[in-house]
Amino acid sequence: MNKVYKNAKEAIFDIKSGMTLMLGGFGLCGIPENCIAELVEKGVNNLTCISNNAGVDNFGLGLLLQKKQIKKMISSYVGENEEFERQMLSGELEVDLIPQGSLAERCRAGGSGIPAFFTPAGFGTEVAEGKEVRYFNNKPHILESALFADFALVKAWKGDKFGNLIYKGTARNFNPVMAMAGKITIAEVEELVEPGELDPYFVHTPGIFVQRIFQGINYEKRIEQRTFRKR
Amino acid sequence: MLNKNQIAQRIAQELRNGWYVNLGIGIPTLVANYVPKGVEVEFQSENGILGMGPFPYEGDEDADMINAGKQTVTLLPGASVFDSATSFAMIRGKHVQLTVLGAMEVSQNGDIANWKIPGKMVKGMGGAMDLVASADNIIVAMMHTNREGESKLLKSCSLPLTGVACVKKIVSNLAVLDVTEHGFKLIERAPGVSVEEIVNATEGNLIVEGEIPEMSF
Repeated sequence: MNKVYKNAKEAIFDIKSGMTLMLGGFGLCGIPENCIAELVEKGVNNLTCISNNAGVDNFGLGLLLQKKQIKKMISSYVGENEEFERQMLSGELEVDLIPQGSLAERCRAGGSGIPAFFTPAGFGTEVAEGKEVRYFNNKPHILESALFADFALVKAWKGDKFGNLIYKGTARNFNPVMAMAGKITIAEVEELVEPGELDPYFVHTPGIFVQRIFQGINYEKRIEQRTFRKR
Repeated sequence: MLNKNQIAQRIAQELRNGWYVNLGIGIPTLVANYVPKGVEVEFQSENGILGMGPFPYEGDEDADMINAGKQTVTLLPGASVFDSATSFAMIRGKHVQLTVLGAMEVSQNGDIANWKIPGKMVKGMGGAMDLVASADNIIVAMMHTNREGESKLLKSCSLPLTGVACVKKIVSNLAVLDVTEHGFKLIERAPGVSVEEIVNATEGNLIVEGEIPEMSF
């Protein structure tokens, strides 16, 4: 049950152009920095990326956008990235914007054997176009389908060789649900430990959802909005 | 006329003891600064916090602790953090008692538009569609008119919708209004703003009944 890879380069060795990837993170918080850097290095393209956000112009998924490696983005909010907006408005980039809760639940459903579900989010909006509507308790709901990915790339704080993961603070966000939905889930962690070192009571993602794990390096953890109160 | 902080302060008067509250980006975030004395609420941030606290002191900021606006924040004692699916289970499952968010347009039947200007601005809906589709109590914080002076409280929205018939109350720079089945009902005026000014700034059906009191802080 040893799932350990040496680094990002080895862990993503079989990611190919045209594949669908899920990438954890909210803004730049909890993103798989090492895997993204290696995807840029590897130069795979025509990727479909499922990620809540699209990074900023020079970090996160913005790095893949700059190199035009992404064909399609499935996200909920992309407001921090000018290159993204340019590629989308010019039609170079296909974009599917979906409500954040539906995005999270579609990943969770994908990893949970639930092919589709009804949600009230988006009824009466563009999001509902072409989707089945059904009333439950006199309220309209739309049918949303599960999301899957060839690879899910997630970032955790600590992980062990069995793939058990613990996230830090709000860096958890989409990582646990995406870890469930990848055909192959690659976890990069700040601290890789021996089995038994993580308290089982506090594991967030059980190792069964993780196929590969590696110790990440040089985490930049950029902050988008550094806000303070006065002392 | 109210400034952004005063809009937030007026909305804070709507908070009730024991509520879980989700604050959107922009003016709604400021509501947390004006929680009335004696009222205990917990703020939910949809990226995965319950019990969100104020911004950190300089030097204490943590890249792994942000709010939905990607700002560095802190946790209060008794806070919890969780994943995005759990966060939206709280929202969709009606465990959150109040949602405060901004809007580009609101219509007289409570439709809201706040995520897209076709061909110009496409930032995405984020969690707004999930929030407005499920919350029982939605207050919109907004400017009454746009930069050209045109009303943003309309008969029907011209921009792509975020949700239908969901807004319950609006606090603008000019007034507090309830959304009723017959249109916007004027509840309070901002200090120094006349009923006539509010009538002129409201394109949608506006109900004015009796004396309209001025807001007090």
